[in-house]
Amino acid sequence: MLIMELFMNLFFNQALANTAIDQVESQSSNFMPPAATEIAQKFDTLYTFLLVISFISSVLVIGGMIYLAYKSRRKTEDQKTAYIAHNATLEFLWSFIPFVFFMIVFAWGWVIFYQMQNAPKDAFEVHVTGQKWYWDFTYKSGKTSSGEFVVPADTNIKLIMTSRDVLHSFFIPAFRIKQDVIPGRFTTLWFRAPKVGEYQVFCTEYCGDNHSAMLAKVKVLPKADFELWLQDNPYKGLSLAQVGQKVYQGRCIACHLTTEKKNIGPGFGGLYGKTREFNEADSLVADEEYIRESILNPNAKIVKGYPKGVMPTFAGQLKENELSGIIEYIKTLKK
Amino acid sequence: MYSTPGKNYLNEASGLWSWLTTKDHKRIGVMYMISVMIFFAIGGAFAMLIRTELFSSGKDIVDAAVYNQFMTFHGAIMVFMVIIPGIPAIFGNFFLPLQLGAKDVAFPRVNLMSWYCLIIGAAISFVSLIYNGADTGWTFYTPYSIGTDNGTLWLVLGAFVMGFSSILTGLNFVVTVHKLRAPGMTFFRMPLFVWSLYATAIIQIIATPVLGITLLLLAAERILGIGVFDPKLGGDPVLFQHFFWFYSHPAVYIMILPAMGVISELITTYSRKVIFGYKAIAFSSLGIAAVSFFVWGHHMFVSGQSSLAGIIFSFLTMLVGVPTAIKTFNWVATLYKGSVKFDSPMLYALGFIFLFTIGGVTGIILAVTALDVHFHDTYFVVAHFHYVMVGGTLMALMGAFFYWLPKMFGKLYYEAGARLSFVFIFLGFNVTFFPQFVLGAMGMPRRYYSYLPEYQLLNRVSTLGAYTIGIGFLIALAVILHSIFKGKPAGKNPWGAKTLEWEADEIPIHENFAVQPVVTGGPYEYR
Repeated sequence: MLIMELFMNLFFNQALANTAIDQVESQSSNFMPPAATEIAQKFDTLYTFLLVISFISSVLVIGGMIYLAYKSRRKTEDQKTAYIAHNATLEFLWSFIPFVFFMIVFAWGWVIFYQMQNAPKDAFEVHVTGQKWYWDFTYKSGKTSSGEFVVPADTNIKLIMTSRDVLHSFFIPAFRIKQDVIPGRFTTLWFRAPKVGEYQVFCTEYCGDNHSAMLAKVKVLPKADFELWLQDNPYKGLSLAQVGQKVYQGRCIACHLTTEKKNIGPGFGGLYGKTREFNEADSLVADEEYIRESILNPNAKIVKGYPKGVMPTFAGQLKENELSGIIEYIKTLKK
Repeated sequence: MYSTPGKNYLNEASGLWSWLTTKDHKRIGVMYMISVMIFFAIGGAFAMLIRTELFSSGKDIVDAAVYNQFMTFHGAIMVFMVIIPGIPAIFGNFFLPLQLGAKDVAFPRVNLMSWYCLIIGAAISFVSLIYNGADTGWTFYTPYSIGTDNGTLWLVLGAFVMGFSSILTGLNFVVTVHKLRAPGMTFFRMPLFVWSLYATAIIQIIATPVLGITLLLLAAERILGIGVFDPKLGGDPVLFQHFFWFYSHPAVYIMILPAMGVISELITTYSRKVIFGYKAIAFSSLGIAAVSFFVWGHHMFVSGQSSLAGIIFSFLTMLVGVPTAIKTFNWVATLYKGSVKFDSPMLYALGFIFLFTIGGVTGIILAVTALDVHFHDTYFVVAHFHYVMVGGTLMALMGAFFYWLPKMFGKLYYEAGARLSFVFIFLGFNVTFFPQFVLGAMGMPRRYYSYLPEYQLLNRVSTLGAYTIGIGFLIALAVILHSIFKGKPAGKNPWGAKTLEWEADEIPIHENFAVQPVVTGGPYEYR
């Protein structure tokens, strides 16, 4: 029974995952990401309990079915069958016992859900914005970051989230938390990661062509390192093109390749100095002013073969040095 | 009395026109059967394309934009054109009047109209392919569905029209059950298939209009720019989810309740035994139908609805688990001291219980608020609802096909071939969808065109499983066609079943029964 084996695997690996946080990083469960917060551990305990119960009840029902069907198999054509219409005790028991289990897991889930939903008052707050197809993180100090969510270890972190366009959902599997991100309102999420490490972030609410590429990383740093990071000018000592590369990796990368190839939008490779053909405007040679316009007012000229209205404006989101940086970075990209 | 020897519903009139204008519930059932089979083939082809694209991380055959259309059309076709009409419109239409000892449904013209609603709605849906298609997923979540290509609008309007098909079928069934039962056919002598259709019909009538309203509002928002769901216009995108799931959760029971009815018939017939707990099964159908209206919020634990709402919806969802569990236990108990024959309809029924149990226990896992936070919108959910909808409804549909084929066309099918189809579908199904539970636990979100490298192995297993299912359905199709055109005569009652449809002629006559049957006992009197 392949199914049973997989089920067993799932369960036993789960039991392994449910150990102390220190051991978590060394073990290599293939079935659940390492539980990196206290809530995640509580989650795993409840999940393991439910898997055990589910496994036992599935074996009872399916095993019982196979056993009874085989035992009562037709031996002769005119075989008589028993006339058993019902049995009140049995029927009461098999309604009541599942009901009790359902109530236990319901209440248990409630307790953990309550903790997930209520951020501690002293939490360190970060604003998170989702947009097709990247995540922006804005700290109270004014520092911003794209695609990389840097947080201090062993600190309560509260995310105040909204979206600039459609629904997104912020999901960190290692923390077992998720929350939809909605345009026009704020939703929140919180966690406390005791250990330094890097964790995957997914977008889990379908948001269009590059939904599956709307990824980010949570980077948990020691508190002191985090303070340094927060003070640090991310572009210090970088050339303009290197600044542009950083901006590219946080945002443009969701739709534009560094080669000439088409993704959601045109590739950046060899773009500078190339003649561009447009849907409703005269063609021109891509220069600084054209690239700047494409970033700040992207619907002004649409390159042939691309639909209108896909690229959002970045006016107000990028600083002057970042804009210049991107342009200089594009200049360095060859075909 | 009325019948001429040798005449039956198939040969009493001929020509395409006689079919397109028929008011005979049996012919309408057959027309539904043909259309649903065609839609299933299209939806299935999309499924194969999805799984092929997901064979590797990154691009295999198409770009993300095209993949998103695949997953949208797979979902919309399978939900609105296959599993919602599936069992009620094919087998309900054909057998509900027969099982009640009636001549036809209460409103034969309305019945024909319901078929045209499905066909016209489907045609409108496919028009969207001309307008760049639709890429919203079958759920049409706002505001994405407001901003995307115009094809979406056509798909939405198609679903709106198809909703009427569902409402009209439900209406017909409710009135038929109340008004057209044969003398002596009390409510508690009705077969459980009829009970399940009755419960389904109530949901169809009450819930489907809400979908209609929601889709109209969405269309009005797109066309007229009124602000209902779009935050840019002062609307609320989460409101759309409430409206949508207020229909679409009960709709899940439109899909599964008739399947449960089929299983009750199959288990009794192939065990030659009275059903265990007739009233418990009948009332649990009604119970499920009633509670199903109050659980929609369990699709929205992380949507931004309040925590309190989440808790209440979680509690109510647990309550649905109870009648569902009761039914499963009753079926298993019916086997005890029976005379079980493992013909393919029975294999499909036992397969149903097997897969539905796994679908059920994982449903409880998802109903727990805290756990759903992690599993929501991951492959765990995809696996869960395929276990229920395919492992449940589709297995029952296949069982129903082989069980009732002899009564519909008077022919026996090739048993070994039907069993082979079961083996391929059942094994292929588990290979396809069990790994998806694991993928979901690992965190892989659904509706992903590409995925992290660590998910690749299980995705490949899943894709191979999907091809196996595909082969299984092709075998089943061959067996069904062979049976209809080349099968041996079946006789009146090849399985020794007790319900009324088996007392009609080998192929029923237009009026169903030459002499009005009079009912004197329960539906499963195997003594």
